[in-house]
Amino acid sequence: MAEMWINMGPQHPMTHGLWNLRIKVDGETIVDAEPEIGYLHRGYEKIMEVREFQKNVVLTDRLCYVSSITWSHCYCLACEAVMDLDVPERAKYLRVVTNELQRIASHLMWLAAFGPDLGLLTALLWALRERELFLDLIQLISGARMNQNYPRIGGVRNDAPPDFEKYCRKVIVHFRKKLAEHEMVFEQSKLFQVRTVGVGRISKEAAIDWGVTGPNLRACGAAIDLRKLDPYDAYPQLEFAPAVEHGGDSYARYKVRVEEMKTSCDIILQALKKMPAGPYRVKPPRRCEGEGFRRTEDSRGEALFYVIGDGDDRPYRVKIRSPVFSSIAAAPIMMRGSKVADVVAIMGSIDVCVGEMDK
Amino acid sequence: MTGALIDLFGWSYALASFVLWLVSLPIALVNWVAMQTGAASPGPLAGLIGWVTGPGLTGFVAVIVAVNILLLWATLLHLLTVMWIERKMYSRLQDRRGIMIGLGSSDILRRTLGPIPLLGRPFRKPSHLGTGFLQTVADGVKLFQKEVITPTNADRWMFHAAPVIIASSTLFLFVAIPWSDGFWLMGSMRDGVPVNPWGILVILGAFSVAPLGILIAGWASNNKYTLLGGMRAAAQLMSYEIPLLLSIIALVVLAGTLDPFQLVRNQSQPLTFGLGPLGRIQVPFLPNWYIFNPVLWIAFVVLFVTVIAEAERIPFDIPEAEAELVEGWTTEYSGMRFGLVFGFKWLRAIAGAALIAILFFGGWSGPVFMTVWTPNLAAPGTQYPIPILPQEFWFTVKIYVIFIVFVWIGWSVPRIRIDQILNLGWKTLIPLSILSILLATLARGFRWF
Repeated sequence: MAEMWINMGPQHPMTHGLWNLRIKVDGETIVDAEPEIGYLHRGYEKIMEVREFQKNVVLTDRLCYVSSITWSHCYCLACEAVMDLDVPERAKYLRVVTNELQRIASHLMWLAAFGPDLGLLTALLWALRERELFLDLIQLISGARMNQNYPRIGGVRNDAPPDFEKYCRKVIVHFRKKLAEHEMVFEQSKLFQVRTVGVGRISKEAAIDWGVTGPNLRACGAAIDLRKLDPYDAYPQLEFAPAVEHGGDSYARYKVRVEEMKTSCDIILQALKKMPAGPYRVKPPRRCEGEGFRRTEDSRGEALFYVIGDGDDRPYRVKIRSPVFSSIAAAPIMMRGSKVADVVAIMGSIDVCVGEMDK
Repeated sequence: MTGALIDLFGWSYALASFVLWLVSLPIALVNWVAMQTGAASPGPLAGLIGWVTGPGLTGFVAVIVAVNILLLWATLLHLLTVMWIERKMYSRLQDRRGIMIGLGSSDILRRTLGPIPLLGRPFRKPSHLGTGFLQTVADGVKLFQKEVITPTNADRWMFHAAPVIIASSTLFLFVAIPWSDGFWLMGSMRDGVPVNPWGILVILGAFSVAPLGILIAGWASNNKYTLLGGMRAAAQLMSYEIPLLLSIIALVVLAGTLDPFQLVRNQSQPLTFGLGPLGRIQVPFLPNWYIFNPVLWIAFVVLFVTVIAEAERIPFDIPEAEAELVEGWTTEYSGMRFGLVFGFKWLRAIAGAALIAILFFGGWSGPVFMTVWTPNLAAPGTQYPIPILPQEFWFTVKIYVIFIVFVWIGWSVPRIRIDQILNLGWKTLIPLSILSILLATLARGFRWF
C-alpha cells in the first residue's frame, strides 16, 4: 500500500473534542503526524479584554469544562498578582481542596475516555461512576456540577458547607477502595499492558524541549510539579510528593495520573485538617494597573495566566498558556513509527482538552 | 438420552404437502370440469396434479420451507435474544441496568389495557422498568426506516453485494449446524439416526466466507477507514482460520469423525478413561464431553480464542475498531445494510458458540435424569424415552452460557493491536494447535482415551 494521509478528525471518535490529527500511514505504520487545531477557537484572550476583571472568572471556567476550578483559580491568582492582593488563609485552603477535588474529577474523566479509546467501554462507566462522587462534593461546596465559577479574585465565593469535611472523608475512603479496583482491572490486564507499555515513548529531554508539562512530563522521569517548585496558596504548608514515573510511554502516563489521584486524596485530607477559621474572601479593587503573572499546576500541566491592567476596570491584555497546546505539538514525536491503533493509545494518554487548547 | 422436540424436515414436509395439496385443488377443479365436458377418465391435467403433489416437488418445497424456518430461527429468535443478552450483560458489568423498554412501555397499551385487572398489570408499572427485550425490535425497525446511502465513489455492485455475502454465509452457518437430533437440514438418516459425515468441514467452510465479504465491503466503500478495516479483516482471517482448523483437527483425530451427530452421540456416553494395559475406568455422573479430556485442553483454548476472533468480538474486533477507524469496514453502510452486517456478527458469535458446544460440551445431549422411560406399547418389552426438557433446550442453554462468557471477556479487556493479533495467531496459537494435534495423535495411537 502506498503512503497516504488519513484525517482523524475533526469528526472522529479518536478526537475528544474538535480538532484534526492528520496521520501519514504506510500500511498500518505511522510515518508522520500533524495536529491541526483551530476548529474551536473562540477568541478568549480578546473577549477577556472587554469584560471586567471579576466577570472574566466565568469565562475561564469554560476554558476546560472538565477542569473548571483549576483554570479560574489560575486566573484569580494572576489577577491577585496584578492587584497585590492578600488572600485570607482559609480561602487558600478552600482553593486547595476544590482544586484537588477538581483534579481527581478531571483525571477520572480522562480515565473514562482512555478506556473506550483502547476498546474497554466498561472503564468509561466505572470511572464516571466514581467521578460522580467528586462532582457531588464540588456541587456541595460550589453549587454546580460543571462550570462552577467558584474561585474569586480575593478568595472564594462561599465558605464550605457544614459537615463538608465529613463528606469528603467518606468519599475518599470509598474512592480509595474503588481506585484499587480500577488499578486491578487495568494493570493486571495483559492486554492493557501490551497496548500501552512502550507505546508513544518520549524522552525527558525531548519532552522538556517541546514544552510538555504536567503528568505527561512527570511520566518521563522529571519531577517537575509547580505545586512544589513554585508553590502557591496553601501548598507550601502541605506535605506531599508528586508522582513520577520513568517510562515516558502511555503506561507511565496512566500510572502518573492514577498516583496523582491518590496524592490528591492525601492533600485534600491534610488541607481539611489544617484549614483555619476566618474570612474566606477580601474585596478586590475594581481597577488596577500593572502586570501579573501566575502559573499553576493544572490537571493537564502548567497553566499560565499573564494579565496586564492599565488602570481600567478590565484587563488590557490577557495571555493564556495551555498545557495541552504544547503536549499536542509533541504528539508527532511520540507517534512516528507506531501503528494506527496506537494513535488512540497515545492521544488518549496525553489527555487532550480542546477547549483550553484552542482558547 | 433426551429426545428432540422438533423434527424439522418432517414438519416442513407436512407443511409442504399441505400447501401443494391446496395448490392442486384448483387444478383438480379444472380437471373435473374438463372431465364433465367429455375428456377421458383421468382427465387432461391428471399428470400435472400428480407432479404437484408428488414426492419430488414436495421434497423441494419442504427444503425451502425448512430453510425459511431456520431463517426465522436465526433472526427472530437468536438475533433478538443475543442482542438483548449482550446488552443486558454488559450493562450489568458496567453497573447499570441497560435497556428497559418492554411491552409495558407502549403508550397505547398502557392506556387501554392498564385499568384492566390482571391483564393490565404489566402496563401499570413505570414505562422504563421492562425487561428491555423490545428495544432490540425497536432498533431493527429504526434501521428499516433509514435511507440506504451509497457513496458516490463506491463500487456499487461490490458495495451492495458485500452485505449479501456476509448475511447469506451466516445464514448458511445456521443451516449447516444441526440444532438437535431432529432439528437439522444438512445430513441424512441412516439406520434410524441422522448422519452428516462432513458436517464440521461444511461449518468451517461457511465460517470463512464472511471475511471475504468484509474485505469486499471495506474495499468497495472507497474509504480509507473501511479499506484499513477490510485489510485488517483479511489479515486476521489468514492468521486465525489456520489455528481454528488445526485445533479442530486435534479433536477429530481423537474422536475419529467429522460428523457432528456422531460427535454428540460420542459425548452423550458416560465418561471413561483408558489406562493403557489396565483397561478402562468409568467416571460416574459425568458425560463423555471432550472438555473433560486433558489431551484436548490446549485445543479447546485455541478454539475458544479463534472463535472469538472469528466473531470479531473484543479483544479481536480490530476490523471495526471504532476508536481509530470510526466504524471500520462498516463505516459507509447505512440503514438495513448496516443492520445486516452489524447484526449478523452476533449470529456468527452464536454459530461459533454452537460449534464450541458441539465439539466440546456435548452439543444437544442433556443430563440423563431429564428423561422418563415408559413401557413402549408398540413394542412390548422395550422402553420408550419421553424427554422432559428436549435437546433444543439443552443446546440453547449451552450456547448462551458460552456466549455470556464471550460477553464477559469482551467487556473486561481492551482491544488488541493488529500486529499483536497477528503475532498471537502465528507465533502462539498455531504452534499450540500443532502441539495439540501431536498430543491427540499420541493419545489415539497409545489408546490413552
